[in-house]
Amino acid sequence: MNVTLTVNGKTYTRDVEPRTLLVHFIREDLGLTGTHVGCDTSQCGACTVHLNGDAVKSCTLLAVQAQGADITTIEGLGTPGDLHPLQTGFWEEHGLQCGFCTPGMIMASAELLKHTPNPSEDQIRHHLEGNYCRCTGYHNIVKAVQHAAGAMQGASQAADD
Amino acid sequence: MSETRTDKYFGQALKRKEDPRFITGTGNYTDDMVLHGMVHAAMVRSPYAHAKITGINTDSVKDMPGVIRVLTGQDVQDAGLGSIPVGWLLPDLKTPAHPAIALTEANHVGDIVAVVIAETRAQAEDAAAALEVDYDALPAVATTHAALADGAPLVHDDVPGNVAFHWEIGDEAATTEAFKGAARKVHVKLRNHRLVANPIEPRASLAQFTPAGGDYLLYTTSQNPHIHRLILAAFVMSIPEHKLRVISPDVGGGFGTKIFQYQEEVIVLLASRLIGRPVKWTARRSEAFVSDAQGRDHDTEAELAVSEDGKILGFRVNTHANLGAYQTLFAPAVPTYLYGTLLNGVYKIPAIHAKVTGVMTNTVPVDAYRGAGRPEATYLIERIVDMAAHELNMDPAELRRQNFIQPDEFPYQTPVALVYDSGDYEPALDQAMQMMNYAALRDEQARMKGGKKILGVGLISFLEACGLAPSALVGQLGAQAGQWESSLVRVHPTGKVELYTGSHSHGQGHETAFPQIAADELQIPIEDIELIHGDTGRMPYGWGTYGSRSAAVGGSALKLALQKITAKMKKIAAHLLEASEDDIEHEGGVFRIKGAPDKSKTFFDIALMAHLAHNYPADLEPGLEATAFYDPKNFVYPFGTHIAVVEIDTDTGHVKLRGYGSVDDCGPLINPLIAEGQVHGGVAQGMGQALLEEAAYDEDGNLLAGTYMEYAMPRADDVPFIQHGHTVTPSPHNPLGVKGIGEAGTIASTAAVANAVMDALWHEAGIAHLDMPYTAEKVWRALKDARGSQPQAAAD
Ligand code: FES
Ligand code: FES
Repeated sequence: MNVTLTVNGKTYTRDVEPRTLLVHFIREDLGLTGTHVGCDTSQCGACTVHLNGDAVKSCTLLAVQAQGADITTIEGLGTPGDLHPLQTGFWEEHGLQCGFCTPGMIMASAELLKHTPNPSEDQIRHHLEGNYCRCTGYHNIVKAVQHAAGAMQGASQAADD
Repeated sequence: MSETRTDKYFGQALKRKEDPRFITGTGNYTDDMVLHGMVHAAMVRSPYAHAKITGINTDSVKDMPGVIRVLTGQDVQDAGLGSIPVGWLLPDLKTPAHPAIALTEANHVGDIVAVVIAETRAQAEDAAAALEVDYDALPAVATTHAALADGAPLVHDDVPGNVAFHWEIGDEAATTEAFKGAARKVHVKLRNHRLVANPIEPRASLAQFTPAGGDYLLYTTSQNPHIHRLILAAFVMSIPEHKLRVISPDVGGGFGTKIFQYQEEVIVLLASRLIGRPVKWTARRSEAFVSDAQGRDHDTEAELAVSEDGKILGFRVNTHANLGAYQTLFAPAVPTYLYGTLLNGVYKIPAIHAKVTGVMTNTVPVDAYRGAGRPEATYLIERIVDMAAHELNMDPAELRRQNFIQPDEFPYQTPVALVYDSGDYEPALDQAMQMMNYAALRDEQARMKGGKKILGVGLISFLEACGLAPSALVGQLGAQAGQWESSLVRVHPTGKVELYTGSHSHGQGHETAFPQIAADELQIPIEDIELIHGDTGRMPYGWGTYGSRSAAVGGSALKLALQKITAKMKKIAAHLLEASEDDIEHEGGVFRIKGAPDKSKTFFDIALMAHLAHNYPADLEPGLEATAFYDPKNFVYPFGTHIAVVEIDTDTGHVKLRGYGSVDDCGPLINPLIAEGQVHGGVAQGMGQALLEEAAYDEDGNLLAGTYMEYAMPRADDVPFIQHGHTVTPSPHNPLGVKGIGEAGTIASTAAVANAVMDALWHEAGIAHLDMPYTAEKVWRALKDARGSQPQAAAD
């Protein structure tokens, strides 16, 4: 089956087995291995990407269901030379250890900050409920999101001034 | 360690050098690897906890799409592969064979009985699901209780009574004597339940065999690639070590469960040789639940003898440790030398005696999980000390304080073999109590008594022995390996430096912390230094990362290698500056003549000359690299006090961890950001055991929690911010003074959170002990039963 979709601004058409999950399509067909697989029951969030602007667990849908969609993965969020504020926040606040949950955490947090630019600690913790991290105890992940929220607010205020 | 530190990088909370690749999704984990011509393996796992394999019809899948080959136990036998060995032997240990693929009998749900190799993963999994395997189910045992019962079915015919070992430590007669005179005997029967480690990256392995030279390459999710090379080459495959290169690239968390030699690694190596193509296997999470070695699982009965005024007089312990169906690498050591030797805690206990029985069951093997034996010991002693305080109506903090080993009593010989080399427990206790406002918490607890919400305060003072370990000592105790570490430092002609270590980072930040050590010693910018690890083809020998050993043992090896480098650089500088070597000092980033600071050579000048060797000492080798091996003289003994605060909703039984404070002493911190991160993660994992996690089996040996749907781990809204403090008591015997911090959080927090819950239930309803995990239902029932039997004063 053919599927055409846009990932990180680039449009791809590929022939896939109908049962191919979006996460496997991203990792194996497109070679974008920053999106990870941590479970098979949609509980860990390691596979979180943005689909038409919303954070989704890419193991919960088939590649063919994403026909025509606009997808952003961690690789499309920022680069080492031009980091997204969340990437900077995770780096500055030591919001990662093994790094395996990190792409999913960052993508899930990005959605939060889009809707809630200045989230409370509770809002951050609640929003990240669908993402497991086994390394950090979440302490520095919450601080990383707060860091990014602060930076983004600062930037938007500066832009407003 | 009394030298004053003038160091620049050691002690700084630097953000990590390794992070750019992880935050941009360009890390390189095993499942990310693709090799040309790669095919996929899927495991066929036993659905029975115990069964005879009576037939495997490989023809049943051979025509399915993409199928290349089916492997069975017969192929393993035909290839002459050895059993996967146990790495730590106890006297009279019974070790059943552990073949890569079961040949005649499956011994736990998930035991591998066949393997399908196919072009794609989906094809391999389809065929694995369709493969016809005939079994004769056999009776199974899942618990130590069932396995030790009279007439219990045997897991392995060559392990009579299902007992792998009887082990004991301490002085039984002295302990009996101590109990005779004791005013109080506090008794507890408790279960330290089983856990699944659950690093978020599932295990994966990718093997490639090159027939021309007979060389194997294995990418695998391991904490210790050299150990795999040794076991696989020398014990399983009988090939020279240099014919196998093991690479653990980025690894997504380990927590112990990625130490061990697993069947799947043997299988992909064999499969690659047999079919001539690279073979990859990546665990599904549901496979991880039935194949990653699990943790804890002790059934214990213990008694503490105390005087009326709260002096601890004696401690006796009888533990049945569930080992599961096979013994993996460290399995026999975990409930013995890593548990029994820690039962003294931080107290002066005149007499201790502990017996441990290692029991085989038809369950997934049990081995080291973050803390490995030490959390079990800490939970037991800290729980029973709290029970003693409750019985004696003493404040748990005060009972602990009056039993602490005092600073002037080190080195302290415990009754259970260890010699603690240093410690100062009271400052950590005081700091933790202040930080958490302990007195105010007790007032609040009194005010909340009888209400809808009740408060519990769990305080524990702990110690652990880590930095595994002096080789001669562990050798005497049965370890089949040395436990030193090595490091190589290579200075390039441009003055840029590569460090190599036998330690492995799977989240611990070695790529930052090790360069911090090196930048100070070499007096060059940290940007000029890079750490390389995790590849047996590039590193000197090593034993990997577990037992909180990287900084203390690996870091010390690095320090020694760096000292060799600077010593050689001084020789070259002396030659270039036409001075005597004794007159050269290494200061301010240059090598200069003492008293003539304008005559100097930079690090770069000397690095370059070491490689050019144009103007060079006649008796010196060119080049600038050094390898050092460091064998520690003792364990290191981090300690601390942790305080957990829980609120229990008495209507629902729901326990909320409201606050958590830790004061840890792990010696000087190389990087406080990293050290504190280790504590956060450790605390969350330990609280997970106390409140949420349990790998429960039914009596037929079926794991009831087999996916993340049934196995609850802490999520972001289950854990509060952790408050921190540190005291600093350097290790007296390693060159950095550092101790370990990787496991401390977990060792402490299970006991602290459990004590907090029980503190609430004791004060509210006189409940002395309940087993973890404290699920809402368990707590609600206990409160209801207790209130039913003893009318409560307060109404809501
Ligand atoms: S892999 Fe998608 S939620 Fe776990
Ligand atoms: S950083 Fe390892 S799982 Fe989150």
